[in-house]
Amino acid sequence: MYEHPLAKYFRKGVRQPFCSGCGNGIIAQCIIRAIDELKIDIRKIVFVCGIGCSGWISTFLNVDTLHTTHGRPLAFATGVKLGNPELKVIVLTGDGDGAAIGGNHLIHAARRNIEILTILVNNRIYGMTGGQVAPTTPHSMKTTTTPYGNIEYPFDLCKLVEAAGASYVARWTTFHVKQLISSIKKGLLKEGFSFIEVVSQCPIQYGKYIDVREPAKLLLMLKDLSINKDKAKTINEKELKEKIIIGEFVNKEVIGFSKAYEQLIIKVRGKIE
Amino acid sequence: MNNVNEIIKPGNYLMMGNEACALGAIIAGCRFFAFYPITPANEIAEYMSINLPKVGGIYIQMEDEISSIASVIGASWAGLKAMTATSGPGFTLMQENIGHAIMTETPCVIVDVQRCGPSTGTPALPMQGDVYQARHGSHGEYEIIVLAPSSVKDTFLLTIEAFNLSEKYRVPVIILSDALIGHMMENVEIPDLSSIKIVDRKKPLKLDDSQFFLSEDIAPMPTLGSGYMLHITGSTHNEKGIRNVYDPAYVNNLIYKIYAKIHKHIDDIVKIETRYLDDSKVLLLSYGSVARSALHAVKLARRIGLKVGYVRLITLWPFPEKIISNIINSVEKIIVLENNMGQIFNEVRRVSHKDIEVKFLPPDILGTIHDPLYIMNNLRKFIGE
Ligand SMILES: Cc1ncc(C[n+]2csc(CCOP(=O)(O)OP(=O)(O)O)c2C)c(N)n1
Repeated sequence: MYEHPLAKYFRKGVRQPFCSGCGNGIIAQCIIRAIDELKIDIRKIVFVCGIGCSGWISTFLNVDTLHTTHGRPLAFATGVKLGNPELKVIVLTGDGDGAAIGGNHLIHAARRNIEILTILVNNRIYGMTGGQVAPTTPHSMKTTTTPYGNIEYPFDLCKLVEAAGASYVARWTTFHVKQLISSIKKGLLKEGFSFIEVVSQCPIQYGKYIDVREPAKLLLMLKDLSINKDKAKTINEKELKEKIIIGEFVNKEVIGFSKAYEQLIIKVRGKIE
Repeated sequence: MNNVNEIIKPGNYLMMGNEACALGAIIAGCRFFAFYPITPANEIAEYMSINLPKVGGIYIQMEDEISSIASVIGASWAGLKAMTATSGPGFTLMQENIGHAIMTETPCVIVDVQRCGPSTGTPALPMQGDVYQARHGSHGEYEIIVLAPSSVKDTFLLTIEAFNLSEKYRVPVIILSDALIGHMMENVEIPDLSSIKIVDRKKPLKLDDSQFFLSEDIAPMPTLGSGYMLHITGSTHNEKGIRNVYDPAYVNNLIYKIYAKIHKHIDDIVKIETRYLDDSKVLLLSYGSVARSALHAVKLARRIGLKVGYVRLITLWPFPEKIISNIINSVEKIIVLENNMGQIFNEVRRVSHKDIEVKFLPPDILGTIHDPLYIMNNLRKFIGE
């Protein structure tokens, strides 16, 4: 019988837990394809996940998964990476998980430049808890808890993480699978903190409020809303407000934290020997 | 690489309780320490930041206490013995992730050098206000191990014991020290390191093993990255780690098992210290820093012929129920001394015979140490002398 070449990465008998049409399935597949293409030994990769739908991305994959508390996956992952620097650590987090309750860990992980690849799924709403406003929900949008429209403004997470010092920063949508796979590959090979924001569709919670429930339509909407970062420079700020700026924003070489710590140990031990 | 002899040789040392704690941890094998600064726990971190790199270990100052305990859990699953330390306010912040460590059966040690609270309270004065928090601070139902040192030497020995229990039972172990013990300087005798018993976690033997959770006899613990394709979750799960948050049978199974793995081994876990029990009709029962005053008072009482005995709890939780009720039910009166409003007092009452008088004695002023003469005066009043 023919087996799908990626089937070996999936846990037998475990169903994927997402609502139909959810972007998390696309993201899971992009991660697996990137790992497969790089031929990295999957047993040396640890997935550390937050709480929220996005935290479930690795549950049906046959991989080491540490499913943590809401907002804290980066803090757990910091211990995993320092505990065994040989491991590649991928953090899967949502916009509520990574940018609201876990926002502080995000900026500090970027500042420390710890060698972790963070994939933040931005569905611009709280999926799991039933469609409440998120720190990424567009201005004036209605949600379960902004019945009169959101009076707050959304975060630009890529700018935030760039300012905090990350080594690699990129943003794509679930429409841009080729670019996403290529970014994940770069992030996996990067020496420092890598951050990839994926703007994703949530047909159930987000779809309900914009009255578009067909996943394919939502994907095309993401495509139409997206604008490449270079092209974005040529249009005015007002037009840009509604847009999702995509592209690679940072790609630099700075020593990662666990590497720096290894050097510190060598220095300290050199003095006493 | 991990040669502890590089940082200390056997001998006698004058040191602070907090330093003794850090040293005990390193000797027990601790190689990861995460911390967020708070008085009166800072000296633990200072000692760790100097000495851990010398033995190839890692000190990291995290952005808060939530991330400190989180990284400790991550490091433990990566295979290291790991610890964090804090005081009341930080301990409160850690509670959600302490629950995660309990749920995922992660060995780790948490030191709470207690100060006076609630809230920011009084940072550098001792109190024993966190006894309940240590037991019940996280939400839901669980069992946990809590140890209370009374001296600097005790802090050294109990920190090693905390790691041993934690590794053996795959449970977070809490050391409840306080500002008095943490900041006090005393002599500590460091024995030949080879004479110290060190326990390491049980590891799975074969790659096709798959039951890593919920065994009353403690399942083996693999490390991340060793090919077991682990699923570790703070959500309800079964023996293999498979998550199920819909079926009450799962949560029922889980909660009974995490209780049983501690209760079945309670005789191995709990410890108390006693003096002059044989002929005593009255007992002074205490723990932690207060036990020093209590012992002093018992000695003063003995000098004038009062038949007073001394009981010190070393393990606060699980409460040494059987031992304590056996001891106290053979006397007439018990005075429980605590630097709080009576947290262990309630437990002692719970396990004592109804005909026994149980009294509670806080210090004259909360946040100060019980004066032995004040204890004596109350003791006299209490036994009607
Ligand atoms: C401390 C804590 N607060 C709140 C929750 C409830 N909670 C679970 S998931 C979630 C929102 C997750 O949103 P997001 O990270 O955007 O992920 P999504 O579900 O949209 O993928 C919240 C608030 C929790 N589990 N723990």
